[in-house]
Amino acid sequence: MDRMNRRKFIAVSGSAAVAGLGIEGILAARRAPAYAQGTKLHLLRWNDFVPAADEVLAKQMPEASKALGAEVTLERINANDLQARITAAISSGSGPDIIHVLKNWPHLYEKSLVDVSDVAEPLGKAQGGFYPAMTELCKVASAWRAVPHAIVGGQIAYRKSLFEEVGAKEFPKTWQQYREVGKKLKTKGYPIGQTAGHTFGDAPVFWYSFMWAFGGKEVEKDGKTVALNSKETLESVKFAVAFWKEACDEGGLAWDDSNNNRAFLSGTISATINGASIYVESLRNKEKYKTEKGALMHTDILHAPNPAGPAGVYHLHAPFSHAVMGYSKNQKLAKDFLRWLHGKEQFEQWFVAQKGFSVGSTTDWEKHKMWEIDPVMLPYRTAARAFRLYGYAGPPGRAASEVESKYIITDMYAKAIQGMKPEDSLHWAESELKKIYA
Amino acid sequence: MSKARSRVIAGGAGPAAEAARLTAFPRETTKLGTFARLLEDERVLGSLLLLPTVVLLGLFIAYPFVKGVWLSLTSATVGNSGEFVGFGNYVKIWNDSIFQRAAANTFVYTGVATVGKLALGMWLALLLNRHFRGKRLVRASMLLPFIVPTVLSTFAWKWMFDPTFSVLNWSLYHLGLIQTRIGWLTDPTMALGSVILVNIWRGMPFYAITLLAGLQTVNPELHEAAAIDGATGWQRFWRITWPLLLPVTMVVTLFSVIQTFADFQLVYVLTGGGPANATHLFATYAYQIGINTGLLGEGAAVSLAMFPMLFLIVVIQLWYIRRVEGA
Repeated sequence: MDRMNRRKFIAVSGSAAVAGLGIEGILAARRAPAYAQGTKLHLLRWNDFVPAADEVLAKQMPEASKALGAEVTLERINANDLQARITAAISSGSGPDIIHVLKNWPHLYEKSLVDVSDVAEPLGKAQGGFYPAMTELCKVASAWRAVPHAIVGGQIAYRKSLFEEVGAKEFPKTWQQYREVGKKLKTKGYPIGQTAGHTFGDAPVFWYSFMWAFGGKEVEKDGKTVALNSKETLESVKFAVAFWKEACDEGGLAWDDSNNNRAFLSGTISATINGASIYVESLRNKEKYKTEKGALMHTDILHAPNPAGPAGVYHLHAPFSHAVMGYSKNQKLAKDFLRWLHGKEQFEQWFVAQKGFSVGSTTDWEKHKMWEIDPVMLPYRTAARAFRLYGYAGPPGRAASEVESKYIITDMYAKAIQGMKPEDSLHWAESELKKIYA
Repeated sequence: MSKARSRVIAGGAGPAAEAARLTAFPRETTKLGTFARLLEDERVLGSLLLLPTVVLLGLFIAYPFVKGVWLSLTSATVGNSGEFVGFGNYVKIWNDSIFQRAAANTFVYTGVATVGKLALGMWLALLLNRHFRGKRLVRASMLLPFIVPTVLSTFAWKWMFDPTFSVLNWSLYHLGLIQTRIGWLTDPTMALGSVILVNIWRGMPFYAITLLAGLQTVNPELHEAAAIDGATGWQRFWRITWPLLLPVTMVVTLFSVIQTFADFQLVYVLTGGGPANATHLFATYAYQIGINTGLLGEGAAVSLAMFPMLFLIVVIQLWYIRRVEGA
């Protein structure tokens, strides 16, 4: 790898910024920004499910430090702990300069985040444009409060051999077909595995997408009128109860985000919605995971998008962005760093290491040759096109966040699965939504 | 300290002698003398000695508490100090079905776990108060659940309760005791029962070791005399051990109720409040609202909703302890 110097750093970040918006002065001066000696930039991110990608980042930090003339440090913590850190940092007015934000947090912490429009807009233009969902998540009112970084796509990982054994040569196209195949699989002892518990990743990813496929929605476009109580949502709840009983592992009510991975890799379930972490793990430890017939597990895994419901195919993916904190004393440095990190050259190294577990937040990355390496990962390539957000059909704002963090949509299904009448669980969820959106 | 100063303190010289002494000293010494004289006042000295404690209590207990009360009366969100909304947050949570569920769960959780811990802790303490080989080793190992960090031990329980790979289910199945899996964390009632079970397991050693210490202060002659008079084992426990242990029992129960009522880690790790809010407690719901949703005011209100109940419990128990001690 070439050594990164100040001039190259600026050139790279400048090209990412297309016309050099925001750093045109620096480019014109042909000098790196002058930061005070000893200046430090602190980046806080989650512990990536793909350690190789974290290693790439770790290698990039010294390069950025050298080029910027400031010490860039990377701290990684569990994704579940990020919000507690953000709350503490904002409340005390001190902490990391840049924080990795998930979901719709740019809306949640809008007033405490720096306007990064001058970074995000040129980056988006240079890379084919952000997916609409990423724009909606990071652009609050007219200002970008975070720079979109990547999307962990959710697709259904399934066991090819087991599906074939019950007559499914290809993955079911509709929820009805999936239910019928799942019923046969459960009878054979290989149910579909899905969580209906309180866990921040897989639970909303599955149940929101499920509701949308049937035509259900939280709220109207105005973001105020609760629209949950519809015949479409009710149909989805009724379907979920039958689907759960006939086709799913009923222990899923208490699963967290790792249970389905363990169950799949140990051969107790036949399919589950997930990031590509199951497949990535089966590749990482090929000899460890085998099918009941002794074949290497990774050779029996395929991915597919969600089946279609009466309203279509939708996915709630896991979006990740970088936000510059309002209390940071190094906001300009932080923006320069993000231009560099999100620029094509640097992002590509990280993107390739992800092997498709994370996809780019802009459409250009669908064209990358990395996708030619492993056809099993191909369904993730265009996964972000069906990306729909919390709070649909309204904006992904604070109320949507409250609904999601209280697991109201997930629990609407969980309550019905546990035996509550579908009408009653829907009524309960609707009344909770009305209080939140009031 | 000079001899003259010592004499003043020791002898209590008269005002004239004191005036003469002060004029004889240089200016700095006079200042020191004034300060020293101030310290002679018990009220001043007492206040000064109390100052570090007051500062510590003020900083780490009173300030967070007052700040919490203030937050609960505002519409504060993360990064936004909000506006004063009076009891608006309390009204909102009062009508919140998840809060109602969390409140009911907290009472059941605290009540059942406290009774369980007391009963089993007392039983264990009585057993450990006997003489047997390896007594010290058993006493030390008994403390393990209390010593191991809660998060770690709860993760171990989580694996034991795992819906798919539960070692408990595996054992019961292979012993022929069950035919289908027990949904330790999937069934709403079982899930609450499971978190209570783990709480009892973790908290029982605290009861046992404290009650054991209390048992060792009970004069064995009382038991001997009662035994000679023909008292049964139960009568000796109920008439001698229990009354003498009552003050210790009340104190340990007081601490335990407070800790159990405000428990967080165990439920957060084991169930996250699920399934369908079946195991949410005040603390886990407050965290969900305050941190995950960023509604600091409402989260503080959920958290402070515990306060009246805890305050009442503490007042009743302290009153009872004073009454017992005074009797």
